[in-house]
Amino acid sequence: MSTPSEMIMTDSAGQPRFFLHEEHHPENGTMLGFWLYLMSDSLIFAILFACYGVLGTNYAGGPTPAELFDLDLIAVNTSLLLISSITYGFVMISMQDGRLNQMLLWLGVTGALGLGFVAIELYEFAHLIHQDAGPGRSAFLSSFFTLVGTHGLHVSFGILWLITLMFQLKRYGINPAMRRRVACLSLFWHFLDIVWIGVFTFVYLMGVLR
Amino acid sequence: MSGAAQPHEHGDQIPHASFRGYMTGFVLAVILTAIPFWLVMGDVLANKTATIVAILVFGAVQIVVHVIYFLHMDAQAESGWTLMSFLFTATLILIMLSGSIWIMYHLHSNTHPQPPTAAEVRNMP
Amino acid sequence: MTQTYADHASVLFGKLTLDSLAFLHDPILLWTFIGAALAGGAVLTWVTKNGWWGYLWREWFCSIDHKKIGIMYIALAIIMLLRGFADAIMMRLHQAMAFGDELGYLPPHHYDQIFTAHGVIMIFFVAMPMVVGLMNIIVPLQIGARDVAFPFLNNLSLWLTTAAAGLIMASLFVGEFATTGWLAYPPLSGLEASPGIGVDYYIWALQIGGVGTLLTGINFIVTIVKMRAPGMSWMKMPVFTWTALCTNILIVAAFPVLTAALLLLSLDRYLGTNFFVADGGGNAMMYINIIWIWGHPEVYILILPIFGVFSEVVPTFCRKRLFGYTSMVYATCVITILSYIVWLHHFFTMGSGASVNAFFGLATMIISIPTGAKLFNWLFTMYRGRIRFTLPMLWTLAFMVTFTVGGMTGVMLAIPPADFLLHNSLFLIAHFHNVIIGGVVFGFFAGFNFWFPKVTGYKLDEFWGKVSFWLWLVGYWVAFTPLYVLGLMGVSRRMSHFDDPSLQIWFQIALVGAVLIAGGIAAFFIQLWATWRHREQLRDLTGDPWNGRTLEWSTSSPPPPYNFAFTPVVHDQDAWWDMKRRGFQRPTAGFLPIHMPKNTAAGMLLSALATGCGFGLIWQIWWLAAGSLVLLILASIWHTFNFDRDYHISAQEVATIEAQRTEQLKLAGG
Repeated sequence: MSTPSEMIMTDSAGQPRFFLHEEHHPENGTMLGFWLYLMSDSLIFAILFACYGVLGTNYAGGPTPAELFDLDLIAVNTSLLLISSITYGFVMISMQDGRLNQMLLWLGVTGALGLGFVAIELYEFAHLIHQDAGPGRSAFLSSFFTLVGTHGLHVSFGILWLITLMFQLKRYGINPAMRRRVACLSLFWHFLDIVWIGVFTFVYLMGVLR
Repeated sequence: MSGAAQPHEHGDQIPHASFRGYMTGFVLAVILTAIPFWLVMGDVLANKTATIVAILVFGAVQIVVHVIYFLHMDAQAESGWTLMSFLFTATLILIMLSGSIWIMYHLHSNTHPQPPTAAEVRNMP
Repeated sequence: MTQTYADHASVLFGKLTLDSLAFLHDPILLWTFIGAALAGGAVLTWVTKNGWWGYLWREWFCSIDHKKIGIMYIALAIIMLLRGFADAIMMRLHQAMAFGDELGYLPPHHYDQIFTAHGVIMIFFVAMPMVVGLMNIIVPLQIGARDVAFPFLNNLSLWLTTAAAGLIMASLFVGEFATTGWLAYPPLSGLEASPGIGVDYYIWALQIGGVGTLLTGINFIVTIVKMRAPGMSWMKMPVFTWTALCTNILIVAAFPVLTAALLLLSLDRYLGTNFFVADGGGNAMMYINIIWIWGHPEVYILILPIFGVFSEVVPTFCRKRLFGYTSMVYATCVITILSYIVWLHHFFTMGSGASVNAFFGLATMIISIPTGAKLFNWLFTMYRGRIRFTLPMLWTLAFMVTFTVGGMTGVMLAIPPADFLLHNSLFLIAHFHNVIIGGVVFGFFAGFNFWFPKVTGYKLDEFWGKVSFWLWLVGYWVAFTPLYVLGLMGVSRRMSHFDDPSLQIWFQIALVGAVLIAGGIAAFFIQLWATWRHREQLRDLTGDPWNGRTLEWSTSSPPPPYNFAFTPVVHDQDAWWDMKRRGFQRPTAGFLPIHMPKNTAAGMLLSALATGCGFGLIWQIWWLAAGSLVLLILASIWHTFNFDRDYHISAQEVATIEAQRTEQLKLAGG
């Protein structure tokens, strides 16, 4: 055991101490708590992926992924999300350097990229529904829309959160609480990118191959 | 004993961000995204199974890259709790995915038996 | 004209019409409604007359003190126990009657709602709040913390759970409840077979309650990881805290699966997707697969903290250190992981192949090993101990016998060929009541009797406690042994009518058992009343009435808002025992101001909005659902603008409270 903790355990005469004479300050738990939330959220996605894995080939006589998916569009979408990851990285770096305006700028860029992603996804969904390939058409399309739509909802929520943080940063500046919030959104944003890796690999690329 | 001895000013647990780290992660991610898209869109490999295995491997590697460079996960963060919970969750995801697919595949083949092949018909008692 | 009126009404009220007020049409519900209205009215009048609303609002509803939140969880559990038990005894009475020409007194549609509501309520709104309540009260005290890591989320969890319970209760009078059984399997729960709103009540109540439970899980993991007193390394943590940690890990890793399962079911019902509808290529078995991925860990979520309770009770009343602490910890961790690879044993009969069934059958048998190890540890702790047969110890002994039998019938069910005979029979019903009543309920009462003096400062009345104990124990065996017998004869569960008169005697015996349990519940309330009457004799001034071993017994009863004036330093597993043994002197000076979180009404506001959203979705009152959802999001954002969340208890105030404690200890002769 290290020296500082020995000082806690015993007094100057080497007798055991049974209580602290000073206030006890446990570490802040927000980041760990948010991490645990992300773990739980990833299990929701795991179930949606499992559904897609089990039901994804049940076309019920309807269209197949190879007929429906437009990989060019997905490539654009994927790059938007990927670029937004690095721009959020720049948010974190500016925050570390204490540059509020730069932070707001990069947050804005990240949010815009996220909006672009959501817009393309909505266009894709509208296009599919227009082709009579909506979520009610087959179990494959039900699981596709649910998985991709749940991810899209998360991104939309992330954008709402991002806008809220921009307001709060303008109002409160960079303080410890705001730092934690920006860091939590960073985890959330990168987590969504990770889920998207699963989506484009498992749903789109493998779907086209089937 | 986590955190008992640390002063709380350093207790906010936000990992250090470096430009180099983010750029490394970004470049790797771009490469690991581009290759699977290229494999599928360019019809590069003749064998479908090989393509599927390849894109799954690229996907898995890219997830690890993101977790390390963007989520800044390492064995020290939160006294190992982020790593441990991540591994635990990854195990559960694996169990849920493979278990569900295994169970439902078995169910399917049991309840929707394929018609016997010619060879099987010949050998029937 | 009428047409337009109906259109307007449906925009305003969705599917809700005057006909939906179920109690107007059914005499049983009408009397229940009148009874509930009278009793509720009486309570409200009483509270108003005494002018307690302000006090309740400030000191309880808005409280973020983990002890008060725990008490409210337990109050919720006890209220819901009454509802769930009313359902149970109605079923027992009906089944004892409904033979041959006699159809019983419940119409089948009503009977089906009752067995569904019974299961849902007992698991989600009795057993869960019981264990969450105990964890809330005890965990921060055992680890020497001032509160939990996220006190506001704790309050929010409580109110989300309460909101969910409220929705279930509302279904009794407004509309109907699901008739599908407690897990709402499709296709029965699909739109075609269940077009009513019963399943929607089920879905949205559990979604709202599930969020509350998930937040509790995250909260307590972080609390235990971050807020332990200095010196409390992992292997010095009390076993109850260990089991609480593992339970909360299970909650965080299991409840999202429930959320996903219910989400898919609701999409099938609301948006016409095809997850579980065979026509569109869906597979109803997938739902069963998913819901049991949650469902199996759930049973360990319930039982693990209860194992923790016994691990505190046994050493205290045998005056010995717990035998095999390390093996106890490892057994808990092993159960945590293994509970994720046994889920298929709930549906061996669905038609997966022999290899799948064999794997899950074996995994199930393996998971019984660590549980067995725990029982041996408790037995060895008792061996050559000085056992005091107090109420907590009696409940523990009853648990050890009863639960072991339940565990053995569970292993029988884990053998796939045997399960093909016993699946969905009353044998299964007897088995899981054996482990849930014999485990969770007995364990809750052990914990309730054990920690009641800590929470209130009064020991519970022994005589009525013993009456309640014996009625519960005998009642359990009389009620469920016949169901084992019937199950072995092949009688299915959930039947509302029987033809074979030779079976009737068993159901009548079971009814007697249910009446005995009713007596046990009554005796429990008499015990509370008797405690109130004899409070002067039952008063405990020491804060340590049982000669306890862990830190919660080192502070006063009830503990002050800040729990410990000075954070304890831990040197040994049984920290308080160690402190007493080595002559710990309670500090009486040098107090410092203590930093505490502030009470807030935000948790109740958000839960009320969630209830509105849920009610709107159930009845398809879209303006209400959408409006509440938007307000819910706005209110959550608004809450993040509030940075004024804490205050200090001044050193002066701490000194005053601690001086009172010094007086109490003097009176107690300590």
